[in-house]
Amino acid sequence: MSPVLFNLLLQSIWETVVMTLASGVISFVAGLPLALILVATDRGGIAENFLVNRALGWVINGFRSVPFIILLVALIPLTRLLVGTSLGTAAAIVPLAIAAAPYYARVAEVSLREVDPGLIEAARAMGGNRWTIVREVLVPEALPGIVAGFTVTLVTLVGASAMAGAIGAGGLGDLAIRYGYQRFETGVMIAVVAVLIVLVSGIQWLGDRLVARLDHRA
Amino acid sequence: MTGRNVTSQPSATAFAAVDPAPGALETPVVALSGVSRSFGPTRALDDLSLTVRRGEILGIIGRSGAGKSTLIRCLNGLERPDSGRIEIEGRNIVGLSESELQPIRRKIGMIFQHFNLMSAKTVVDNVALPLKIAGWSKAERRARALELLDLVGLSDKAGAYPSALSGGQKQRVGIARALSARPALLLSDEATSALDPETTRAILTLLKDINRKLGVTVVLITHEMEVVRTIGDRVAVLEAGRIVEEGEVWHVFSDPKTELTQSLLSGVRPQLPAHVASRLATDGQEVVLGVDLTDPALGDGLFVDILDHLPATVHFLHGGIDHIHDQPVARFFLTVPREPAALVEDVTTYLRSINARVEVLGHVSRPV
Repeated sequence: MSPVLFNLLLQSIWETVVMTLASGVISFVAGLPLALILVATDRGGIAENFLVNRALGWVINGFRSVPFIILLVALIPLTRLLVGTSLGTAAAIVPLAIAAAPYYARVAEVSLREVDPGLIEAARAMGGNRWTIVREVLVPEALPGIVAGFTVTLVTLVGASAMAGAIGAGGLGDLAIRYGYQRFETGVMIAVVAVLIVLVSGIQWLGDRLVARLDHRA
Repeated sequence: MTGRNVTSQPSATAFAAVDPAPGALETPVVALSGVSRSFGPTRALDDLSLTVRRGEILGIIGRSGAGKSTLIRCLNGLERPDSGRIEIEGRNIVGLSESELQPIRRKIGMIFQHFNLMSAKTVVDNVALPLKIAGWSKAERRARALELLDLVGLSDKAGAYPSALSGGQKQRVGIARALSARPALLLSDEATSALDPETTRAILTLLKDINRKLGVTVVLITHEMEVVRTIGDRVAVLEAGRIVEEGEVWHVFSDPKTELTQSLLSGVRPQLPAHVASRLATDGQEVVLGVDLTDPALGDGLFVDILDHLPATVHFLHGGIDHIHDQPVARFFLTVPREPAALVEDVTTYLRSINARVEVLGHVSRPV
């Protein structure tokens, strides 16, 4: 591999990492509250509200139904509004985060639902309010699942960021398509795949380690 | 919040229950009147009235589905009745909003069948959680939590997570947690049902100690008569959402009025041996009598006197004396020959003259 290509590879890795982490953080910050609202407003939840629950459920399902490649294009006006351009790494973060947030909301929702209702009852019996239940019971008890779900989301984002390369986002996917595929640079393709394997494995390993440390359930 | 003095020995004066305000003695800790609660067509509580006296341990017993869980959850507002009044320390809590109930719940401790400890918190943090909710400072709640762990004998487990504890230890943590905010009332929801008999005994002893030492009023629900027998002062028997029998434990044990109570008691009272019970008939040479007697003198030789007093042809079949809260309670079975005809009458008259309850259960043929 030539030094030029090698530098391109390094730059692509950096772009992929930035896209994945930035959109990951945004989807976590947006997705976890969405998941909490879904669980709290559900029937028998701590803030039962049929209307909010249904409306939010539909919006999340709506976003999750749109294929990512379509979402990428459809969100171009919004991206321009927010970032000023629809091209480049920063621009790709917008559709990536908007696609990942509802996904992560559903993943986190599953973990929150698995919290033993007895624990919520215990907190209520102690005189705790809803905020107490969220802070002291729901989130800490679901934390291993919340982190494991975030790991899954990050790995999914690595894949999705490659697709964002199609609208000029840069990153490893872009490199693989333009050099590895279109220019028949097999070496680049192999390097990209190898880097992706390392990246995904690294994320999964870190996530698993963190979950193991956080999980005190029997 | 008053009386937050932290001492290594739990100080009795810190508990409102022991040192009530003037006039508070007349106010029962809990008073329910006409409480009903339905789930669809099922009436879980049906016009139920009940009073819990200050400082007592009241056992509410019933089969599953009798409404026990609904009843105990009504006492801290986790469940809302359809109608009726529920007075806690004289204040009606029916109709209060969730935020109005929260300060009341902070003064009521609750322990659960499955312990319900937070798996993500250490033992000391679990015990301190009610104090965190009540707004205590970090240092104060840690000191208080350690004091409670000392009380339940788990000081060495303060930094452990609940998953590292045995069932009995978990329930001790549950008890420490329930007591941390110095409640006047402790609710126990089948707290020993998930524990083995030995651990059950230890936990019940702890509850009784706490009741005596700290003066905390305890309401416990259970389906096991043994639990009520071990620590209850009074018992209320619940069936189909109603209290069908209520009274001092030794009294109900010695003289159960309803069929349900009798059947709930079958495990803890002497029963007619099965090989005799299966042969009971309307005819036979021997009459089988069931005798119940409560008399403080039973322990001082009265029981032997009674047996001495009976003719040699009367046979002692089964039973004996049991002690319920220092009250000797006798229950036994006799066989009396049908001939001579006056014998059964004489024996019955004698037993009744010493205030025993005598029941003719039937006849059996010889040999018994």
